[in-house]
Amino acid sequence: MSDANQVNNSSDKVASLMKEAESLKQKLEEERQKLNDVTLSTIAERLEMISYINIKPRRILKGHQAKVLCSDWSPDKRHIVSSSQDGKLIIWDAFSTNKEHALTMPATWVMSCSYSTSGNAVACGGLDNKVTVYPITSEEDISSRKKTVGTHTSYMSCCVFPNSDQQILTGSGDSTCALWDVESGQLLQSFHGHSGDVMAINPAPNEVGNTFVSGSCDKMAFIWDMRTSHVVQSFEGHQSDINSVKFHPSGDAIATGSDDSTCRLFDLRADKEVATYSKESIIFGVNSVDFSVSGRLLFAGYNDYTVNVWDTLKSQRVCLLYGHENKVSCLQVSPDGCALSTGSWDFTLRIWA
Amino acid sequence: MVTISATASEDKTQNCVLTPKKKAIVAATSNSITPSTAATTSNSSTNAETNADQMTPPNILVYKKMEAIVERMQAENGGVTVRTVKAFMSKIPSVFSGSDLISWILKNLNVDDTAEALHLAHLLASHGYLFPIDDHYLTVKNDNTFYRFQTPYFWPSNCFEPENTDYAVYLCKRTMQNKTRLELADYEAENLAKLQKMFSRKWEFIFMQAEAQSKVDKKRDKLERKVLDSQERAFWDVFRPMPNCINTTEVDIKKAYRKGGSSLGSGSSGSTRVHNNLSVEQLTRHVQMLKLKLERRTIKISKVAESYISYFEQYREFDYFLAPPDYPNPWISDSTELWEMNKEISLKRVKRWGFSLRELLKDPAGREQFARFLDKEFSGENLKFWEAIQNLKSLPQSQVKEAAKKIFDEFLAPDAPCPVNVDSKSVELAKVALTNGPSFFCFDVAAEHIYLLMKNDSYPRYLRSDIYKDCLNGSKKKVKSIPNLFGKIQR
Repeated sequence: MSDANQVNNSSDKVASLMKEAESLKQKLEEERQKLNDVTLSTIAERLEMISYINIKPRRILKGHQAKVLCSDWSPDKRHIVSSSQDGKLIIWDAFSTNKEHALTMPATWVMSCSYSTSGNAVACGGLDNKVTVYPITSEEDISSRKKTVGTHTSYMSCCVFPNSDQQILTGSGDSTCALWDVESGQLLQSFHGHSGDVMAINPAPNEVGNTFVSGSCDKMAFIWDMRTSHVVQSFEGHQSDINSVKFHPSGDAIATGSDDSTCRLFDLRADKEVATYSKESIIFGVNSVDFSVSGRLLFAGYNDYTVNVWDTLKSQRVCLLYGHENKVSCLQVSPDGCALSTGSWDFTLRIWA
Repeated sequence: MVTISATASEDKTQNCVLTPKKKAIVAATSNSITPSTAATTSNSSTNAETNADQMTPPNILVYKKMEAIVERMQAENGGVTVRTVKAFMSKIPSVFSGSDLISWILKNLNVDDTAEALHLAHLLASHGYLFPIDDHYLTVKNDNTFYRFQTPYFWPSNCFEPENTDYAVYLCKRTMQNKTRLELADYEAENLAKLQKMFSRKWEFIFMQAEAQSKVDKKRDKLERKVLDSQERAFWDVFRPMPNCINTTEVDIKKAYRKGGSSLGSGSSGSTRVHNNLSVEQLTRHVQMLKLKLERRTIKISKVAESYISYFEQYREFDYFLAPPDYPNPWISDSTELWEMNKEISLKRVKRWGFSLRELLKDPAGREQFARFLDKEFSGENLKFWEAIQNLKSLPQSQVKEAAKKIFDEFLAPDAPCPVNVDSKSVELAKVALTNGPSFFCFDVAAEHIYLLMKNDSYPRYLRSDIYKDCLNGSKKKVKSIPNLFGKIQR
């Protein structure tokens, strides 16, 4: 009797909540519609077209024996760390294309690697569900000084040092993000809310507030407050997994790349999507996105082996970079904005400028 | 060895996660011929449209889009012209030329140029939707080479994940059919030898199967066989590619491992379905989120757009992809001059300090100057406090407690030697946080308060000050001669 009542109760509750959500959603839709006074591209019409852009491959980094899955620029603007499917981590002097260190991880599929803010350490992880930090020293054997900082219950898809070398933020296939203390391995904060695997994270460039954005296979992008571990803003619109998220350099917007083969721009102040970057002839998913220094260009690496360069304001494609012979898995503009690095399943990394 | 063992092990990892879904193929198009391998692959022909909530193979989204294009290409009206070409002594059935295909793509698919059309054609070929009639390398050239469409039965969206035994039967069969066009390529012969070793115990069985298939094949019409043979070959070229060719059926391991229910086919029904099976708790959270969204103050798109544009205009000259830098780009010129010159304080750099307080503080030289300015104004403690908070965030957890207490004593305590001007509420908050176990964030409210104070008060005054104006007027030497007041002042 009571069981049946409870079931009834809860299903009533669900129904009423659903109804409430639906009506709220409608109201929200109406409210947001009022903000749509113009489109971004109409206002951007007054800007000159980006007619001439000369981006060419300038360096090819060869040395990985398997798919390159992730890479990150050192703050010194010339070193790069990259990780690959065969469990290798390579630290490159990208400028001279020399390999300075090569580390072998205990597990294959190292999905993420990241330089610390000082450039004196790198973090990495993947199918081992762990995030491991290696100090970079002139000593021969770096791996003897490695430190396992955190462990998720599924693969670790992304990691980044948000403030300093002492903390690391990770995203995982267990659909959570977590902030760890590097020295003690203590879990400082965990972030629950996504209903799908977290694929990408990016800390906000702002100096006040402690926020970061995450993108997930639940097609949502969340803005989190690191202090309270709450979601402060959420964005939907993508039709498939979000593979990449990046803050606009102003900190006022985020760009996302998705398996639905579009990139989108969501504004934090308007609390909604403000632009979609797509084209009929682009049918493959986006793995990685990054902005140029002025926020005008958005670089996006696709599963169709290319990099598309978008004019974010006019919502047009500026150019298409050919060169890689397999999926482009990662891409990042260098810290000083001089160059673009790309990593691919064709085992190579390339530097474009 | 390499190719076989590698794919075999990867197949295994995928097999345990994905439920291979074999769909019944509706033999609608004229050139779809049910191939003989149907006998070997245990074709249980499950329902064509599986339950939407089931795990969808990660590549399916792309396959569906490619199939939509291929279907347009094969349309009777406005498709690519498929013909039978008469050659010396024989006929080449159902082919089209590369140049026809490229011009069709240029006309119909909104691509920018021939290069993009070729790239798209190459992708379609490497996924096996169309193929050169006599080449294992699946690509498209913009010339008179002949290509053929793959039958839908062999489309990769059917998720065959074919077994090595199937491959062995196929290769074995080809050795039985005494035809030059079916002769094994070198790598195929090698693969066959390896497979024979691997399956030595059941080789007889494989051989028998191959023989049976070959017999069935012989009964077919000659032209039909030609088409079928090539389609079967193209299928294996996709799943067991020639050395140095990409295996396009490989799946990103993240996607193979990810939980179901997310990337669903065409994704047509968006967010409504997401909330179907949610618990009361999740729904409550969702409703709360929506309410929060409704309360949020938002601005119009026109304002948003203007802000992006002004940001772009401000930073245009610093965007090396859009404007040439003062010194040649190191990656283009091979000269590191730019990086070395950055140690000097250029006008451009000083200009950037004027964009925002963030820019000023990001640059050590700018920060140093701002500190000097604040000292003159007798509000230097604000920056010191803010820096101390930033420094706190860069400490390991073990040192946070001590450092936090130090900060409190120095800046916030009633008898602090260096008091900052924050409201009593923020001080109270910090006090509570401190007693409850300090964290990185315990002073955040106070720090934010101070930051905004600097941003809205001191910073605009700094920009109007002589210190900054002198800098901007290119008096580089003056800037450089500022003694290092700053250093590690916050400790």
